[in-house]
Amino acid sequence: MATDFEPIIRLSAYIGGGIAMGLGAVGAAIGEGYTAAEANMAVSRNPKISGDIFKNMLVGQAVAESASIFALVIAILLLFLETPSAGELKAAALFGAGLCMGFGAIGSGVGSGFPGGNACSGISRQPAATSRLTTNMLIGSAVCQTPAIFSMVVALMLIFMDFGKAPTFPTWAALIGAGVSTGLAAIGSGYGGGLAAGASCEGIARQPESVGNVTTIMLVGQAVAQTPSIFGLLVSFVLLFKSFPESTALSASMALLAAGLSTGFGGIGPGIGNGMAAEGAVRWVARNTEHAGDLMRTMLVGQAVSQSTAIYAMVISLILIFVV
Amino acid sequence: MAIEGADLVKAAAFIGAGLSMGLGAIGPGVGEGMVAAKACEAIGKNPREAGLLTRTMLVGQAVSESTGIYSLVIALLLLFVV
Repeated sequence: MATDFEPIIRLSAYIGGGIAMGLGAVGAAIGEGYTAAEANMAVSRNPKISGDIFKNMLVGQAVAESASIFALVIAILLLFLETPSAGELKAAALFGAGLCMGFGAIGSGVGSGFPGGNACSGISRQPAATSRLTTNMLIGSAVCQTPAIFSMVVALMLIFMDFGKAPTFPTWAALIGAGVSTGLAAIGSGYGGGLAAGASCEGIARQPESVGNVTTIMLVGQAVAQTPSIFGLLVSFVLLFKSFPESTALSASMALLAAGLSTGFGGIGPGIGNGMAAEGAVRWVARNTEHAGDLMRTMLVGQAVSQSTAIYAMVISLILIFVV
Repeated sequence: MAIEGADLVKAAAFIGAGLSMGLGAIGPGVGEGMVAAKACEAIGKNPREAGLLTRTMLVGQAVSESTGIYSLVIALLLLFVV
């Protein structure tokens, strides 16, 4: 049957592009709005250094913007890229790429806004700590972008990999599942990493000499908060690279799609929860530096417990992929 | 492709298992994170009670974990029993 797949591929590329940019704009807009709101409060508190606050606001917003710029790049690729290896699988892959980037930009965009806003309000309280605050803000919000970068990597792989020889059923579900898994799991990690980074900027403004301890514990907390999005990436890679035997049964396809949904949704909560734990620890390390060790230990234990549900979700995904 | 009844039931069970564990993981994850955040705050305020606070945190988290375990059980039931 010589079917012309071109219209179907274009259709899914356009829908995917719309989803990528539409959802991708949500997070950065909220995050930048938070930064600007805090900057306004900061200027009204200390109008004399409004120039410094304004500069810091723009730098913070520029970092928060990057998540939605990734989404813009993916959307433009989906709209204008010629796909040489035409096959119906490409249609599923392009749609999955759009979902992945759209969901994946939400958390990082919102999360990067927190360090920006709290650094602005910190500068108005402690103008002497401006450079330390800006540095810490940049480190924190750069780490927040990691989940969005994972999503962009998976989206680019879905766009450019050649799926020519794989059987259409059930590989189409694996490709959409791969997009959903990384995309959804990135929401929690991006947001959670932002909570930790925001608290660290606030803490440094309160006690500028605590900067070493605060930045260290922020980075440890953020690293743990990234884990759910790494689980999502792992499941995506398994779905992308494993070859599935041909099966026209609906259940074979749905198992792979469900694997993506499970790790994807399952990563949201633990990502946010780990971020909250890190936020609490970072905030109190700044106030009580001599007990940084106790706080770090409690944070890690709490995060480990909060992580467990993401691990259950990954186990269910792996069972869906490899066992049933 | 022809979809048969048994195939449809299995497909629904798989999707149900994925959604059960996926959505069920959100609440405990956030809730346990809140517990840990407050435990850190309390230890920061009163470091001498760190042991007691850690124990309370773990008990609270274990209770919050239970709904995640229910989701896991339901997902495993959908995958292997139903």
